[in-house]
Amino acid sequence: MSAYDKNRPANEKIDKKTAKGVLKRLGGYVIKYWPLFLIAVALTFISNQLSLLGPQYSGEAIDAISSPDGVDFATVKSSVISMIICYAASAVMSYVLSVLMIYISQKIVYTMRKQLFEKVMSLPVGYFDTHVTGDIISRISYDIDTVNSSLSHDVVQVMTGLYTVIGSLVFMWQISKPLIAVFAITIPISLIFTRYRSKKVRPLFRKRSRMLGELNGYAEEMLSGCRTIQAYNREDEISGQFNGKNSDTMDAYYNAEYYGAAMGPSVNFINNLSISLVMIFGGVLYMLSQSGTAKVGSMLFITLGGVAQFVQYSRKFAGPINEFANIYNEFQSAFSAAERVFRILDEAPETPDCEDAYTLNDVKGNVKFDAVSFGYLPDKTILRGVSLSAQQGKTIAIVGPTGAGKTTIINLLMRFYDVNEGNIFVDGIESRMITRSSLRKAYTMVLQDTWLFHGTIFENIVYGRENATEEEVRAAAKAARIDSYIDSLPDGYNTVLSDDGVNISKGQKQLITIARAIIAQSPMLILDEATSNVDSRTEIKIQKAMGELMSGRTCFVIAHRLSTIKEADTILVIQDGVITEQGSHDELLEKNGFYSTLYNSQFS
Amino acid sequence: MKTVLKYLKPFAGRMSVGLSIKIFGTIIELVLPYILSHILKNVVQRESIAQIIYWGILMVACSLTACICNIVANRMAARVSRNFSENVRRDLFAKTMRLSARQTDNFTIPSLESRITTDTYNVHNFVGMMQRMGVRAPILLIGGILITMIMDSFLALVMVAVLPIIFVTVYLISRRGVPLYTKVQGSVDRMVRVVREDSQGIRVIKALSKTEYEHRRYDKVNANLSKDEKRAGIVMGSVNPIMSFLMNAGIVAVIALSASRVADGSSDPETVVAFMQYFTIISMAMMSVTRIFVMYTKCAASAKRISEVLDTPEDLTVKDRSEYPDVDTDYHIIFDGVTFSYNGKRNDLDNICFSIKKGGSLGVIGATGSGKSTLIKLLLRFYDVASGKILINGRDIRTMTETEIYPMIGTVMQQDFLFGGSIEENIRFGRDVTHEEVVSAAKIAQADEFISCFPDGYDHPLSQKGTNISGGQKQRILIARAIAQKPEILILDDSSSALDYKTDANLRRALSENFSETTVVTVAQRVSSVKNCDTIIVLDEGKVIGIGKHEELLESCCEYREISDSQMGGAFVE
Repeated sequence: MSAYDKNRPANEKIDKKTAKGVLKRLGGYVIKYWPLFLIAVALTFISNQLSLLGPQYSGEAIDAISSPDGVDFATVKSSVISMIICYAASAVMSYVLSVLMIYISQKIVYTMRKQLFEKVMSLPVGYFDTHVTGDIISRISYDIDTVNSSLSHDVVQVMTGLYTVIGSLVFMWQISKPLIAVFAITIPISLIFTRYRSKKVRPLFRKRSRMLGELNGYAEEMLSGCRTIQAYNREDEISGQFNGKNSDTMDAYYNAEYYGAAMGPSVNFINNLSISLVMIFGGVLYMLSQSGTAKVGSMLFITLGGVAQFVQYSRKFAGPINEFANIYNEFQSAFSAAERVFRILDEAPETPDCEDAYTLNDVKGNVKFDAVSFGYLPDKTILRGVSLSAQQGKTIAIVGPTGAGKTTIINLLMRFYDVNEGNIFVDGIESRMITRSSLRKAYTMVLQDTWLFHGTIFENIVYGRENATEEEVRAAAKAARIDSYIDSLPDGYNTVLSDDGVNISKGQKQLITIARAIIAQSPMLILDEATSNVDSRTEIKIQKAMGELMSGRTCFVIAHRLSTIKEADTILVIQDGVITEQGSHDELLEKNGFYSTLYNSQFS
Repeated sequence: MKTVLKYLKPFAGRMSVGLSIKIFGTIIELVLPYILSHILKNVVQRESIAQIIYWGILMVACSLTACICNIVANRMAARVSRNFSENVRRDLFAKTMRLSARQTDNFTIPSLESRITTDTYNVHNFVGMMQRMGVRAPILLIGGILITMIMDSFLALVMVAVLPIIFVTVYLISRRGVPLYTKVQGSVDRMVRVVREDSQGIRVIKALSKTEYEHRRYDKVNANLSKDEKRAGIVMGSVNPIMSFLMNAGIVAVIALSASRVADGSSDPETVVAFMQYFTIISMAMMSVTRIFVMYTKCAASAKRISEVLDTPEDLTVKDRSEYPDVDTDYHIIFDGVTFSYNGKRNDLDNICFSIKKGGSLGVIGATGSGKSTLIKLLLRFYDVASGKILINGRDIRTMTETEIYPMIGTVMQQDFLFGGSIEENIRFGRDVTHEEVVSAAKIAQADEFISCFPDGYDHPLSQKGTNISGGQKQRILIARAIAQKPEILILDDSSSALDYKTDANLRRALSENFSETTVVTVAQRVSSVKNCDTIIVLDEGKVIGIGKHEELLESCCEYREISDSQMGGAFVE
């Protein structure tokens, strides 16, 4: 993952109420694995208890070494053995714990990714028209990843931290109650420092991430236009602009790091301060104990081993407290990441088919628009009262200036969007009463934007109809005039089309999508600029195939080339969302309207 | 690495001051456990509370000094890394902008992009960390070992013996872990690819009712990703437990061995207590060194990628006019036997010859992949010809500097570039063009009408790549950009394909009315876009198979006739 993705401002603060809701939902995922989770909690506690016991045994050992009657080898030996066992057992358990947590979190993350993807696929097409792909991708990868690392690390860390803090406190309490007073000085300092960190430093780091993201975005944008920039000799200009942004970004870096620079040393200082204080008070107490002023058993009594133990525990004690601020912040970003994921999960999917929806079979191909009005936005109507009828086997060509609403008609035919007013009938049935999948199966689309996925050419063609045989695939490729090209490839039909099919030309991609359409054998056909990327000579070659594909089927055709349109049974001229002219080629020429102007402009 | 390190040179002075402060602070920090053992060993025996407090306050003072020194040094380091990275990134970007087309092809755009972003970021982090930890960790490590050697060399050796074990273990695990994470990255890419493909192809998927199929396709990559992440996590998860166990084992060993040494009087318990302190410091330092090591490998790889770009020699240098002498001619643009190949194997253009008079027009037509755009790229000198020559006003374009050639030419390329900014900024494109010139260019380009429909007119913001306007609108803005500075040569590479015929015709009329002095080169798939050109060349697989006027070509070139027939009314559906 690039630095750009990582530094998206994902960790905006979320309010308490949302946080509660998110926590509840996240909890829902965890509860599914509650037996494992309970084991994890138990392991955390045992493993920490063991590592807390270590310093106690080392204290005993040091006392045995420093006892005035000479070294007590037996005690040293038993303490050392106990220590080694404790540490080893603790290490093993913490490893088992981390494996367990990875296991749990992977199960959860796998489920979340699956749910998210399946949800995304169920969303209406409109969602994709209004949301950028990059955003969906960053939710399914980066955001879920953030949740994942929080689940697999932070949860354990919080438990461990809490246990260590309480545990060390208990041990220190046992060793020497008066020395605990030292923390009355250091903990407030810690708190002040933590506040400083979250108030002052966090926003700076957030700003730094945001600026870096913007800079990267700018670099990406300009690089994609590099050739144009060179053609206009604008390199210095653009580099200058980049430098300005770069400099601002680096200032944000510097600001963040300037204040951030205090963090490590300050944590160290607080640790060192508490050790120094422990030494002063511990030293005094030890002195009093040595001289006999503080009697054995009294609260003030302490041994050398005790002091050593105390120092070790105070280090253990300070660690998690410094960590908590960090973890709190990680939770914050995990929460906002989870929220972004849940927000998609809560999107309304395509309205389900109505209960007694009709499944289209044996479609004849009579399509009728009855006073259809539609707009993508409530206040912006694209189509106004459009009525048309397409008889079985006829070809309807749709002509009009860019943005007039040609593609919108296709969106409505396929029910990618539902009409605002009016009705669309297929074979006399209102299209909203038909199951979406059977309605869509009734059409085959070839669009201007060729879409192929990462897979072999064969897989991409057979995608049109899964049970098609190899012969059928070859026949379709042949009809689309792409077979000889495919055969010329070293791997033939097994050639893998790499990302976005960049290793073949746009025209060839379009021919493959035409082959895919041929194999689908649907009763109706939609061609939206289907040959726009194919050069004219190839187009001539595939005319026959297209003709075969179209014969006997109801076809809706959008094209710029009038030759494609001329032969249509009905030509619809759409301007500003209204059908202004309707009729055959000859009829429209006679009318002397928009169509005839358009037609003549091509020949003048 | 060397090229990148050069950028640190100007900051050598500041760095050495910062590092000296850092070293001082670190040494002071090392004194702490020493004082601690001194208190336990000597001061306590003197039974003077005042003495203990005196030494204790000294400890606090040392901690504070160390803290302040470290903060100051870290801040100086932040300043150095800031300036360093700014310079590296600035030069890298400027260099990228100047790479020739062939060089860019070799690097690929995504790779250049990640060099400017991720790689620079990696190097920045490393430079910062080196200054913060690169000095501190070794000093703590070596200093700690030295002091413990002085205190008790035998026990110190025990500790030193543990360190290589820690280092080797961490190194070995990381070495196993890194490829596993690379694999995870690959799986992430595959997962993301399916999501990207499916979001883009949602219409096709829904049209073919392939949702279930896509669920299965996604599930495969999702399960794979989970499996890979699990495996990598399980391997890398062992680092922490193993490391903390080894550290603790070292402490245990020191205690165990010190027992007999205390018994025979060669050591004392207070030393053991101090030893445990040093041990913690040394182990922490050891961990830092390991981390620096891991970071270094990452940084070195990034630095190498950056250097590759920075060290790329300038391609397409301006040649001497004595080498490519001027030719006395009336023609504005001449292609003389131009041959070119992208990969050096197959000729993408083969012996192209044509000439255009000033104010004349050339149409280029041909199948996809026939070399139309390549011809334009050569005219713009994005690539140099393999043989033959291209002359503008009788001068070989290889002898022209960028400032000589590019201001003459206005270009609209296929899938040209619009950036996030207002329409006016996109048309002006950073040049010295007044608002009036922008508007008049937009009028000629048939763009004024739709621009005026936006409530904010020419200030209407475009999104990156102009995704918020239609293809036809994009093309018209691009044409306005190309003509805004009234170029001598106007190149239109398939730049009206998204316009309907009427707009296209209007555009052509406006161009010929307003730019009669401008030589226009039009690349198109439609015959109607080129039929009025003075000269039309028909390309097929890099060769000219027809040249002449529309009517001549209809007679002489059967391919041209075929194309024309198909577009002008040839039957589509029989």
